[in-house]
Amino acid sequence: MEAGSCEASRQSGSRPSGSRVLLIRLRPLVLIAVLLILWQIAASRQSVHVLPSTFETFDGLIDLAQHGLLLKYAVASLFRVTWGFTAAAVLAIPLGLIIGWYRRAELAFNPLIQILRPISPLAWIPIAILWFGVGDGAAVFLIFISCFFPLLLTAMNSVQNVPAVYINAGRNFGLSQATLIYRVLYPAVMPQLITGLRITLGLAWLVVVAAEMIAVNSGLGFLIIDARNAGNRYDLVVAGMVVIGVIGLLLDLGMRSLAGVKSLRWGTSED
Amino acid sequence: MPPKPIKLAAQHISMAFTRDGKTTPVLSDINLEVAQGEFLCIVGPSGCGKSTLLSAMAGFLSPTSGEIRIDGQAVTGPDPRRIFVFQERGVFPWLTVEGNIEFGLFNVPRHEREQRIAHYVKMVGLTGFEKAYPAELSGGMKQRLEVARALAVNPDMLLLDEPFGALDSITRLTMRSELLRIWEAEGNTVVFVTHDIEEAVQLADRVAVMSDRPATIQQIVTIDIPHPRDLSSVRYLELRNGIFEQLGLAHKI
Repeated sequence: MEAGSCEASRQSGSRPSGSRVLLIRLRPLVLIAVLLILWQIAASRQSVHVLPSTFETFDGLIDLAQHGLLLKYAVASLFRVTWGFTAAAVLAIPLGLIIGWYRRAELAFNPLIQILRPISPLAWIPIAILWFGVGDGAAVFLIFISCFFPLLLTAMNSVQNVPAVYINAGRNFGLSQATLIYRVLYPAVMPQLITGLRITLGLAWLVVVAAEMIAVNSGLGFLIIDARNAGNRYDLVVAGMVVIGVIGLLLDLGMRSLAGVKSLRWGTSED
Repeated sequence: MPPKPIKLAAQHISMAFTRDGKTTPVLSDINLEVAQGEFLCIVGPSGCGKSTLLSAMAGFLSPTSGEIRIDGQAVTGPDPRRIFVFQERGVFPWLTVEGNIEFGLFNVPRHEREQRIAHYVKMVGLTGFEKAYPAELSGGMKQRLEVARALAVNPDMLLLDEPFGALDSITRLTMRSELLRIWEAEGNTVVFVTHDIEEAVQLADRVAVMSDRPATIQQIVTIDIPHPRDLSSVRYLELRNGIFEQLGLAHKI
């Protein structure tokens, strides 16, 4: 009881007043505004045109939106990331948990994983095109490859980091191997898995842009390379970059909100 | 009064750990009997192997030689009839207070399960915190929760490994009397490992004093003082000082 009230008073005691909160919330927006102003100043003072101005970029965004390309390409990229990432998570996480759980499996698999892992997903592009042709299949495959190994390793490592007390407590209450994995191991690794998923989703979003520059004819990566090749439309290049950044931010916020679920995020709230 | 039946018998238990090709003996020929319903404390210097012995009783570790029998049957693995209570870190942080107590009750019909949860929440004084997660509880509350989770499955034995070691001294005193109250109500056999001699003499029917590694049982002291114990009584001080001397500690600072 005593701790409950202490906790509450500590939190409310350190909570800043309303106007201060607003200021803290606004600070990132102020920084973005400053960057935009600096960008505009730099762009207006250049003698050779090597940087599109903020207005040109904004016009480029409007242009893309009016032609329906913005939505179409963003959806195409997100579609590939969603499928590649989901397939990797569905396969890599259970596999990683099982490999991590059985020490002998880990010893057997680890060298193979360590050889495959450092190969950049981009090195798979020729193989991906050979197998799937130029199209969604190749891009989804590349996302899958780029997510699979990081997620597999996250799952394997997270098993090793589970405190032995939880496993022993679970065994003590008479749980079978399967229930032990489901009722103790799985929730125990959840916080680490969520962090791993978040980082890997960011990675997938990086890779999809590169993959689309070569392996497909649509998507935000294709937009950037096409805008350059088709007529040096650098306003569209930068507009594409801005869209990629904003969507990346939204993806990360989405994953963060998953980590806010109380029964999942216990790892971060543990003192 | 007829002697109580033997609940647990450890016979010639020796244990050694091998690491980097080096073998370290931890336990050396431990013989110990615990009677049904008894409260036995094991004290000894830190790192002497008390917890190792308790883990072997729980079935988490197998002795290198010798055998532990509970109710006449050799211990071969963990069993819900004897629950090990870790330091407060043993509660599952992803489950609420209710969820933790419910953890071992998967074979119990729903109605009875709810009754037992309610009963043990009340018994350990966590009423009002049923939906709280361990991170929202104090150390003492987490420890009580772990005891409740253990008691909920009606174990014959509780094996407690320095359960109050991480608590502040005031909470520790309260927890001791709570544990005694629960033990008197439930009648489980309790093996309680501690490095705190005072704690052992306050709680136990008998105190087993272990030596430094490789540990043997040096002496078993019967604490013949009825509860509630007067901690300034001559007999209490006499027994306590006896154990201090046994461990080679002058009771002076």
